[in-house]
Amino acid sequence: MSRAGIADPEALAQERIKRINDTQALIETDRVPFIYSTRFWAAKMAGVTFEQQMYDLELAARITEQALDLLQPDGYSPFSLQTWGPTLEALDFRPMKWPGHGCDPNVSFQYLDKEYMSAKEYDEFLDDPTRFNLTKYLPRIAGAFEGIEHMPDFASASEFRFLAAMRGFANPEFRKSMQALMEAGEKAEAAIMLSGRFTARMRAKGMPAIAGGFCKSPFDHIADFLRGSKGAMLDMFRNRDKLLESIDKSQILLTRGVVAEAKASAERTGNPVANVFIPLHWGLDGFMSPDQFKTFYWPGLRKTLIELIEAGVTPTVLWEGNCTSRLELIGDIPKGKAVYAFEQTDLARAKAVLGGVVCLRGNVPASLLVTAGAAEVEEYCKNLIQTVGKGGGFILDGSASIPDESPVENVVAMVESVRRYGN
Amino acid sequence: MTTLKEDYVASIADMDEDKALEITQQLIDAGEAPMEILGLCRSAMEIVGQRFEQEEYFLPELMMAGDILEQIGALVRPLMDANSEGSGQTVHGTVLIGTVHGDLHDIGKNIVTFMLELNGFKVIDLGIDVSTKAFLDAIAANKPDIVGLSGFLTLAFDAMKETLDAFDDAGIRNNFKVMIGGGQVDDQILKFTGADAFGINAMEAVNLCRKWTGVAA
Repeated sequence: MSRAGIADPEALAQERIKRINDTQALIETDRVPFIYSTRFWAAKMAGVTFEQQMYDLELAARITEQALDLLQPDGYSPFSLQTWGPTLEALDFRPMKWPGHGCDPNVSFQYLDKEYMSAKEYDEFLDDPTRFNLTKYLPRIAGAFEGIEHMPDFASASEFRFLAAMRGFANPEFRKSMQALMEAGEKAEAAIMLSGRFTARMRAKGMPAIAGGFCKSPFDHIADFLRGSKGAMLDMFRNRDKLLESIDKSQILLTRGVVAEAKASAERTGNPVANVFIPLHWGLDGFMSPDQFKTFYWPGLRKTLIELIEAGVTPTVLWEGNCTSRLELIGDIPKGKAVYAFEQTDLARAKAVLGGVVCLRGNVPASLLVTAGAAEVEEYCKNLIQTVGKGGGFILDGSASIPDESPVENVVAMVESVRRYGN
Repeated sequence: MTTLKEDYVASIADMDEDKALEITQQLIDAGEAPMEILGLCRSAMEIVGQRFEQEEYFLPELMMAGDILEQIGALVRPLMDANSEGSGQTVHGTVLIGTVHGDLHDIGKNIVTFMLELNGFKVIDLGIDVSTKAFLDAIAANKPDIVGLSGFLTLAFDAMKETLDAFDDAGIRNNFKVMIGGGQVDDQILKFTGADAFGINAMEAVNLCRKWTGVAA
């Protein structure tokens, strides 16, 4: 039944959720679905700056609602609100530059590839990651944490030493940090509350959030946030055992709490399926060899995927770049329990290898969405829908969501294509 | 039986860091000329480049080889006199490279730079977030044979086009070849920007530069 045929918004929301969830579970549906996900396309469309979207929560909600009203996708990712500006600012967060804070007001946020933990600190990290985080790592990545290094070392304190250790809470720098962190906490709370209000408002209009949680692949966490990409790659040769041990340790730490958060988030949005988004950075073809992928990347990621799947959560993995040589290996997970979004991997080839295993998502090229005409976009989508979408198990999307610079008519052409050619 | 110099070349090419540094010291202690040691390093790096081209080596090996080379350079360079530095290698051409304005990513650009230097090109790296004016100034100062524009984000499409348009406006577009590259660059973006070619990896960049400067592969 078409969306126009359903007057009751809740029935429309249920129809959309079922279409997405069935597709993800490899059950053939009436047509290919489309899920709205972007960084700052809504801002571009509405004529406001990316900086305004990141800082003005109500504005972000308004322009995202405009985008959803226009496009009428089957669902949307609440990450697309992109309202972390005040939290980042309060934290004085250093691994990232964002619109109006190191980037032009109309340039998207970008991570800085740097070393935040030296190779000599592996043992300290492995022995007591919490202590290492509090005293070393967090003060390096965010100014608001600088005084936290004075926090008492609880694990070492016993009896009267425990009482004396309380002195740390009187430290002026510690207290200053706590103030800054409380402020950051309030900003984060405001962003999450806004997201909650927004998803409820959109649900009342029949537009469901495809929500859940976020998780990192263990190798990427080490390369992105601890050792830097160069450090992590050199460690493959110089500190192989420590790197592997840290991947195992990080895998445990990174997945802790994700299932509970994702399920709570999905429940709030009224979706029986909780999705966890996992964007990948360093495992693609050309970056590491097949052997390095098998040794350093896939085992930790696979363990994360299996744990999430066994807990009843659906991982949505964004495989950046071209991952053609990985296709055979990465199909080694339970059938119908995960979504693989591919950026540049040929989806027809992915369908041939993984079609009975995972739901595929993607991958209208950013180059086409940004610089081609609507007719070319439509033709490309039609081809994807009719080949990759055949038999179900496919969600149409941009190669890495909707590029900020895409003309409105191109995005409309992409979304309309699922209604035109999707069944 | 292999000679010490053959062992040296193999140790670098095989990522045997400890052995490579140990033999460096042995060669220095034996009074080997610094330029001879660097020449052996170059031979080793040619093997690394070939293995990268044949997809036997990937980014981790390039990073490691680069780091070993830096350490050897630190040992050898103090022994070189002013006259010997920089000599001994043919330069095929000059490549000016940078990440276009707005984009802060540099890993792809750095790998291209590394591979071009390895293959005998002089590379002037302008870094990240390079303004159109900075490109124009550097072109005027260095007269490159090739300009490389790098970008990872979709915002780079417009930034690359603006940079190329500025070359046109300045009347210098035909003075050099322009190659573009980065995560999302493809044929569509090549047409959109008006560059001469694009590459999807560092070896394609090297091959483009070889072709344009008439160097046999």
